[in-house]
Amino acid sequence: MALPDEFSISRRGLLAAGAASVAAASASSSVAEAQSRPLADPPPTAKLRFDVNGTAHDLELDTRTTLLDALREHLHLSGTKKGCDHGQCGACTVIVDGRRINSCLTLAVMHDGEKITTIEGLGTPDKMHAMQEAFVAHDGFQCGYCTPGQICSAVAVLDEIKAGIPSHVTADLTAAPTVTNMEIRERMSGNICRCGAYPNIVAAIGDVAGVKA
Amino acid sequence: MKFDTPATTNPIDRLKVVGKPTDRVEGPLKTTGTAPYAYEHRDFAATQAYGHVVGSAIAKGKIASMDLDAAHAAPGVLAIVTAANAGKLGKGDFNTAKLLGGPEIQHYHQAIALVIAETFEQARSAAALVRVEYTREKGAFDLAVALDTAVKPPAMFGTEPDTSVGDFAAAFAAAPVQLDQRYTTPDHAHAMMEPHASIANWDGDELTLWTSNQMIAWSVGDVAKTLGIGKDKVRLVSPYIGGGFGGKLFVRADAILAALGAKAARRPVKVALARPFMFNNTPHRPATVQRVRLGATKEGKITAISHESWSGDLPGGGPETAVAQTRLLYAGADRMTMMRLAVLDLPEGNAMRAPGEAPGLMALEVAMDEMAEKLGLDPVQFRILNDTQVDPEAPSRPFTQRQLNKCLETGAEKFGWAKRGKPGATRDGKWLVGMGVAAAFRNNLNANSAARVRLSGSGVVTVETDMTDIGTGSYTIIGQTAAEMMGVPLDRIVVKLGDSSFPVSAGSGGQWGANSSTAGVYAACVKLREAAAQKLGLDPIDAVFADGKVKAGRRSFALGDAAKDGELVAEDMIEFGKLAEKEQQSTFGAHFVEVGVDSMTGEIRIRRMLAVCAAGRILNPKAARSQVIGGMTMGAGAALMEELAVDKRFGFFVNHDLAGYEVPVHADIPYQEVIFLDEVDPNTSPMKAKGVGELGICGVAAAVANAVYNATGARVRSYPITLDKFIDKLPEIA
Repeated sequence: MALPDEFSISRRGLLAAGAASVAAASASSSVAEAQSRPLADPPPTAKLRFDVNGTAHDLELDTRTTLLDALREHLHLSGTKKGCDHGQCGACTVIVDGRRINSCLTLAVMHDGEKITTIEGLGTPDKMHAMQEAFVAHDGFQCGYCTPGQICSAVAVLDEIKAGIPSHVTADLTAAPTVTNMEIRERMSGNICRCGAYPNIVAAIGDVAGVKA
Repeated sequence: MKFDTPATTNPIDRLKVVGKPTDRVEGPLKTTGTAPYAYEHRDFAATQAYGHVVGSAIAKGKIASMDLDAAHAAPGVLAIVTAANAGKLGKGDFNTAKLLGGPEIQHYHQAIALVIAETFEQARSAAALVRVEYTREKGAFDLAVALDTAVKPPAMFGTEPDTSVGDFAAAFAAAPVQLDQRYTTPDHAHAMMEPHASIANWDGDELTLWTSNQMIAWSVGDVAKTLGIGKDKVRLVSPYIGGGFGGKLFVRADAILAALGAKAARRPVKVALARPFMFNNTPHRPATVQRVRLGATKEGKITAISHESWSGDLPGGGPETAVAQTRLLYAGADRMTMMRLAVLDLPEGNAMRAPGEAPGLMALEVAMDEMAEKLGLDPVQFRILNDTQVDPEAPSRPFTQRQLNKCLETGAEKFGWAKRGKPGATRDGKWLVGMGVAAAFRNNLNANSAARVRLSGSGVVTVETDMTDIGTGSYTIIGQTAAEMMGVPLDRIVVKLGDSSFPVSAGSGGQWGANSSTAGVYAACVKLREAAAQKLGLDPIDAVFADGKVKAGRRSFALGDAAKDGELVAEDMIEFGKLAEKEQQSTFGAHFVEVGVDSMTGEIRIRRMLAVCAAGRILNPKAARSQVIGGMTMGAGAALMEELAVDKRFGFFVNHDLAGYEVPVHADIPYQEVIFLDEVDPNTSPMKAKGVGELGICGVAAAVANAVYNATGARVRSYPITLDKFIDKLPEIA
């Protein structure tokens, strides 16, 4: 096969080859720069306090720590899942001050003083939340890895609809949105399920909302 | 227990627990976030260090130099593993490319280093300080260009690359109606939700890996072989797996690098592959170019059928077996199939859900639709007309069960197929509406599978097997099997899976897991029943296990009484004989899809989906339905959006994350209906079941493609069917 202008690195080619090649091309300067820093210094940390599932936690964290990793690696609340770590899959969805967010896209230090609900805060195997029970009854999961995010999202979706927040598929922005099949599907579309349990998840959410979705 | 004659009546046939749509037994754990996945095991939590993988930035060539100084000096760094310091490493039997590259590089994002640090943030940051100079070499990255260099590959797992019956060329030339078309399918990613992840801990020379793996025994072997240690020194633990779809059949870099990292750092090390790293580091379903030729009489009888497929892989890899189903699906006296394999220096190609059939049916079942139209026949009728009840390449081999026609007929009736209009003729407001059909086909495979069962004095039965549950429902159907055999309710059964210290099972792959692993549990339970009866002084032949009791004649005991003096333990393996050689065991289905295509923009929306399946005894209709709708969803993705975009200059998949590699989301998938036909197949195992987990994806994409054609009158033969490929062919807007 023919490469255009074989192996000559164009600007576009440099971008295409990825970060490591870029680094290689400028290796000497960046190494020198790195070596001029006091490398062994520990990274900056910050103290924070937030409430997770009704329990106050005082933490001192590397400021680069995401809320997701604070929950999973520091508080050992591993029910919140890391699927992509950059806001594309929804597996890390938690509820912060009543709103669902991707916990991988936000740093823990940004949540000082806030109230966080994770899957563990919704219910336990012995005392499940209605949404968790509905997911089991409707087989709204298979491998289970996206499931905590789907459930946190689902709980928040019903609250959003109740609060009158419209979505992309809400036809009448002046009327209160209702729980319909398309409203659920639209609002849940940030939570990927690769096993493909979608219709079962929608049925579970509809069940909790008291409608046939 | 040998299984070499068809099953007769046995305790499973009571169907008090088996066959019921039971909720998943692990559901309360998964829905509350308390099921531990690989990266979440708490053993040695206080001392676990974090590893971050560095991948190659070139596709082919050599590492000229690596400068690790800056990374070593970074805060928290404990050790760095590279091929230069890892010692001699082997290559696993199931890996094509090495899991730790260097100095030779075989593909883009091949792992070349693991940086281990006290925290995740420190490891990730230090990994970015690793400086690598490469010597880039020319590689082959474009399948279309490499087609001319493709060669006949060796037979793999008993699958010959070429088959021929009669004289295809002559029969095709003589056929009054002919179809000759080419189709292409792109590279696909498994994109399971849980990234590959492992935690490694060494205790002396003994390694424990908490990992996410579908095939425990295969992977123990490959870990041992790669690290050059005995299999008895390796323990794999994989109780929960966040999706696999074939992507976790084999040991990957996370496991090997965690093991090497834990040795280097003298601490337990945890490693998860970063999502943008997975698409080029781990295997994918290879792209195909396929040619299908059909010759038929004017009445619609196929007289000549051929299917050829070209795909590429790294040296030592194998072909995508896209012609496999064409050897068995339709009648036709003169026939041939052929596979050719080119060398490509892209990341490793390997099995993804229904390897072979999934892309193969994407071509064949569109060809069938095109031929039906040429013949002026309904596509359902055309398929029914060309049914065969025997292996068309070896007519002395009948199918054990083959209800394809009934699947098609039942589906057509339920779906309202009779309302399907001519191409481009059905409107619903701005939407062009169309229906499509395709056959689903996948062989039923069996694999030897062992289990251990323990009976406690309280009457609780514990099952131990290294079988895995990748979302398929293994925990539940294995529990149901043990409950049925021992005559107790499901809540008296404890199921333990995914640990290499348990007896070796079939594992999860090739849709062989459900039937094989439950048959292994059946075999172990037969032994436990004998032991229990004997202990109670009852004749094992007469003893009836039901309602928590063991009864024979007028004597009756609580099941737990048999273990009053101590736990009873039994272990056995189901060993499959040659039944599958004499008669063909396959699963069948029919997919029906309705789409709407925006008459102005070409946007495609799936409106309805129905699958009718015939796949032996359905052990749990709820879990089986979920398997099928999951396949339908992945098939919808293959039809409409999934494509790894190849950078043909530098040799890598460009869209290597979940925003660039699009998979179906909630908004894409409507209600999906599944119907299972009654079927019990005594040839498959004492369970009389077959696989269903891959049948669900087979044919779906073609049914969507055929529906898009019916809606628009525009035929697209290059997947995925995106609107740019047909918008200029849409009907004029009135």
